[in-house]
Amino acid sequence: MSEDVLFQLNGVSKHFVRGKEEISIFDNLDMSIERGDFLAIMGPSGSGKTTLLNMLGGVDQPSGGEIHFDGSRVDNLRESELTRWRAHNIGFIFQFYNLMPMLNAARNVELPLLLTKLSRAQRRVSVETALALVGLNDRARHMPNQLSGGQQQRVAIARAIVSDPNLILCDEPTGDLDRKTADEILEMLQLLNREHGKTIVMVTHDPEAARYAKRTVHLDKGRFEQREVAA
Amino acid sequence: MTDFYLIVKNMTRKPLRLFLTCFAIFIAFLIFGAVTTLKGALDSGIDLAADDRLVVVNRINFTNPLPISYYRKVAAMEGVRNVTHMNWFGGYYQDPTQQLVTMAVEPESYLRVYDEVVIEPEQRSAWLQDRQGALIGEKLAKIHGWKIGDRIPISSSIFSHRDGGHTWDFVVSGIFTGENEQYDTGYLVFHYKYFMETQTFGGDTIGWLTLTTEDPSLNEAVAKRIDESFANSQYETDTSTEKAFNKAFIEQIGNIGLIIFGVVFMAFFTILVVVGNTMALAIRERTGEIAVLKTLGFSSARIFRMVLSESLLVALIGGLAGLAAAWFLIEGAKAAMARFLPNLVMGGDTVLQAIGFMLLLGLITGLLPAINALRLNIVTAFNRG
Repeated sequence: MSEDVLFQLNGVSKHFVRGKEEISIFDNLDMSIERGDFLAIMGPSGSGKTTLLNMLGGVDQPSGGEIHFDGSRVDNLRESELTRWRAHNIGFIFQFYNLMPMLNAARNVELPLLLTKLSRAQRRVSVETALALVGLNDRARHMPNQLSGGQQQRVAIARAIVSDPNLILCDEPTGDLDRKTADEILEMLQLLNREHGKTIVMVTHDPEAARYAKRTVHLDKGRFEQREVAA
Repeated sequence: MTDFYLIVKNMTRKPLRLFLTCFAIFIAFLIFGAVTTLKGALDSGIDLAADDRLVVVNRINFTNPLPISYYRKVAAMEGVRNVTHMNWFGGYYQDPTQQLVTMAVEPESYLRVYDEVVIEPEQRSAWLQDRQGALIGEKLAKIHGWKIGDRIPISSSIFSHRDGGHTWDFVVSGIFTGENEQYDTGYLVFHYKYFMETQTFGGDTIGWLTLTTEDPSLNEAVAKRIDESFANSQYETDTSTEKAFNKAFIEQIGNIGLIIFGVVFMAFFTILVVVGNTMALAIRERTGEIAVLKTLGFSSARIFRMVLSESLLVALIGGLAGLAAAWFLIEGAKAAMARFLPNLVMGGDTVLQAIGFMLLLGLITGLLPAINALRLNIVTAFNRG
């Protein structure tokens, strides 16, 4: 395995059992993601995009095959080990932002840092840096319901990067935003990828969004249909 | 920010719901604190009763009298060390609502039987010599501001004075204390002879006898001997230990223990259902947020602890407020009830017991939601929306 490969999926499959019926989401899927990549995963509803993203993020486990992250196998880790691994390596961005409604923007961004050994002062500096990066330092004390959708998603991005993870996983990050705001968010992800070297995997329905990625893969009926490099 | 901050923020996100939940717990512990303290005060008479003291009452009912001749007969019985006799006077001061625990006693034998009564020798001597003298407890003296030498008019709600009224004049001969702080000093005793000379009915009868035995191990035999010797007479007796007598006296108004258990059980069961349901609902509403926390890397065990801590915190806030309110209620009522319940104090054991119940309530109501949070599958939670 090349040292540049961050994620390596070998023969990964995912099956669900519903009643007596076994439903296959995908079978024997191979894939590799290099450090510094910005990958868009597209595909119709039910094609397994989010399931694949969940498995990359360690919140779902494959029925078969192996997943290696940075040279180590992660699909066979116990739940507690996976939780720790996620906290150290992965930042998540969701379609509906998923901010804690009772915490202000700064506190939301600080959440992943509660899992580190940083002091209160160090955490404050990290939060200010992350919020500055997404241009929301002046909204640090605002509650989520006082922010627009785009601002909430920027807070979510700050939360995803505050602990400086290697990988950012985005599930339809612009699915709930208008075009202009979506473009701002995607530019921000592009910036994180280009300027800060973050590896980004983004699931999207939106071809416009996929254009911001370095490359796009199409998942349909459990297999990658075609591969292309974004313009 | 700490986990505690998150717990508090979660707890206070719906202030009205938090207030109502805490209020329900508040009521439960207000009842618990007040009722348990009341029971403690009622039981204190039982706890302080001497092991070697027996009480002889009329078998029909302890309000029925016994002949004075029983005093001498019992005094002569084997195993009896000292015996005294007493009459319930039904006293009150100035106003019938200002009732006093007042008894007519045979002075010398009374002080022998109740040797825990502490009195200055000169006061003791003054009381024994003055037929109109009254011996009053320190607590009663403080309530009314009575001093040695004061003349006090005490009326009876039962007996009539030969002069046509219901009031007897007494002179305060002595003020007694107890040999320990718990001893009830909220009563008054006066000379039986003065009572017999001045009342209009019920002559040569006594209310009951109190005696001490040579040894507590003789109690049963002495009680049997007394009751057997008066069996088939016009005044049959019922002899029991002072503890049993006090308990029976208190339970005239019902089985206090059972009533308290019933009230507390009903209150707690209702609160358990209400708080349990509220906690379950609150956590269910946060399914998505719990899934996000797990996704971010919060361990299941940590989330379990946070949910359980929230439930415990709610129980402690409502419970401690309720217990504090009960304390204020009791302190407020203490002066008014001092004559009948001199030991009306919320004890440390009641507080500890209440805190134990709060923790139990918090654990029981929080356990199921915490287990649900512990087991929550991230993918399922996100799919649920």
